Amino acid sequence: MSDAPRFVRPATSPADVGLAVTLDGPLALDCGRSLSPVTIAYMTYGALNPARSNAILICHALTGDQFAASDHPLTGKPGWWTTMVGPGKPIDTDRFFVICANVVGGCMGSTGPMAADPATGQPYGLDFPLITIRDMVRAQKMLVDHLGIEKLLAVVGGSMGGMQVLQWASSYPNSVRAVVPIACAARHSAQNIAFHEVGRQAIMADPDWHGGKYAQAGTFPSKGLAVARMAAHITYVSEAALQRKFGRNLQNRAALSFQFAPDFQIESYLHHQGATFVDRFDANSYLYITRAMDYFDLAAEHGGVLADAFRDSPVRFCIISFSSDWLFPPSENKQIAHALNAVAAKVSFVEISTDKGHDAFLLHEPEMFDTVRGFLNHAATGIA
Amino acid sequence: MSAPAQNLRPDLAAIAAMIRPGARVLDVGCGDGALLEHLVATKDVDGRGIEISQANVNACVARGLAVVQGDADTDLADYPAKAFDAVILSQTIQATEQPRTVLNHLLRIGRRTAVSLPNFGYWRVRAALLAGGRMPRTRSLDHNWYDTPNIHLCTLADFVDLTAACGASIVAAHALAENGHSRPMNPRRLTHGLMGPNLFAQGGVFLLKKA
Repeated sequence: MSDAPRFVRPATSPADVGLAVTLDGPLALDCGRSLSPVTIAYMTYGALNPARSNAILICHALTGDQFAASDHPLTGKPGWWTTMVGPGKPIDTDRFFVICANVVGGCMGSTGPMAADPATGQPYGLDFPLITIRDMVRAQKMLVDHLGIEKLLAVVGGSMGGMQVLQWASSYPNSVRAVVPIACAARHSAQNIAFHEVGRQAIMADPDWHGGKYAQAGTFPSKGLAVARMAAHITYVSEAALQRKFGRNLQNRAALSFQFAPDFQIESYLHHQGATFVDRFDANSYLYITRAMDYFDLAAEHGGVLADAFRDSPVRFCIISFSSDWLFPPSENKQIAHALNAVAAKVSFVEISTDKGHDAFLLHEPEMFDTVRGFLNHAATGIA
Repeated sequence: MSAPAQNLRPDLAAIAAMIRPGARVLDVGCGDGALLEHLVATKDVDGRGIEISQANVNACVARGLAVVQGDADTDLADYPAKAFDAVILSQTIQATEQPRTVLNHLLRIGRRTAVSLPNFGYWRVRAALLAGGRMPRTRSLDHNWYDTPNIHLCTLADFVDLTAACGASIVAAHALAENGHSRPMNPRRLTHGLMGPNLFAQGGVFLLKKA
């Protein structure tokens, strides 16, 4: 990783983050502290109708951002969900007003560890309060209120975005008609917490991390963050897909080198994933957001009974899972459906056959597109 | 005798006639949701479905139905007792791995259980086997023996025996004719005597309850 690029610059200039609003707050956090004021960076696609009834909120995953359907300002690459969101796409921006906000704790313009601590004028670093999925959703609700939208048509998201979707349905059942949690779980498993801890330890073991004060030290823990991304990326794909794409193929060589330089294509691929990631993501944000996922346990808020999180819910649910996802396996997704069934909530559940693993929700999965399109079309009957 | 409801498969129309308005209904093996949609539209039921095929689940979701992709053989155990007013199993029991276990779950989950099934005792089936010496293929059982999903075929009389073994009583029974018409039948006539609906009905619809 000697040629790994360094984090170029924080994405805080208005041109970088799209739209942004700074609200007085306070945003009361689960940890007991609060943020005041709080900035939320977001993007919108499509137009809000006069009745303000066609808004769909999209919740991004761990390393996502507000650029779901437009080019990323730092990388220049297309938005992370252009397969799903856009004109004529399943989340059709010709019909729907789509909002996607950078989570609190993130690094694309919303208040997070890179932001200046009002008390010191310096970047928060580890003085930033621990945030939770529920805190992220509270901030999104503040944004939706700010935009004058009383009731969202839908909230949609995959992975950590799916956790936020579940939290939305539980916290604000009267503010959303329909929800689509994709490839997620009602709580983070021991295995998932374990992988996150490996990533965090990689970041904190990087001498350039400086106890989280790398901005003041003029450094960036690129190596640690890249290793964290490499380890995490393995969990996003299935063993079958890795085998299909890479097998034991060698990278730019005819024979084994008998050295530790990357011999195998899979090694080069992971190095590339790590190297490109550090160009666009902040190391401390990675610590905070992985922690938020680890802390997520929706049943725990309701005496350990997940069904109680959705009692008397008027929300319509469409839960989507992928057969080869071992990070958030179909069984965990289905447990949510069972909990919803137990309280007679309106829930549909699909398990899409694919070998693409967890990342399938970001990829070309026609069955998923059909599910989302059909569900949203019906949810929008008479509304949008 | 009643004519089939428009656009609804005859056995489904017969089942629909057995469902009370406003009931909470679980359709196990709900296919593309035609029956559930009909029941929601005409009887204002609170309908749920279980369906194994992804394409069918998507069709249901697009109709606004609440359907869980799953397998009757494995998923019914997760549903609490008496959770539904009526549970429906249409043309599916013969395709399950464990028909008796499935039927026991249905009787546990629903206050009433409606089951439709093809009749392997139908005279055309018997004649095809007797005269042709090959596994019968009929309009309702149109598969080769080696690729049929129908792994537990039975006659209507056999099914009545199973309901008794499961401790269920038959609230109502209808014989289905090949032309789509259904007529009420006395289930005793299925198990007593060699003629009657066990020979002449192409299929049957039963409404069951467990005391």
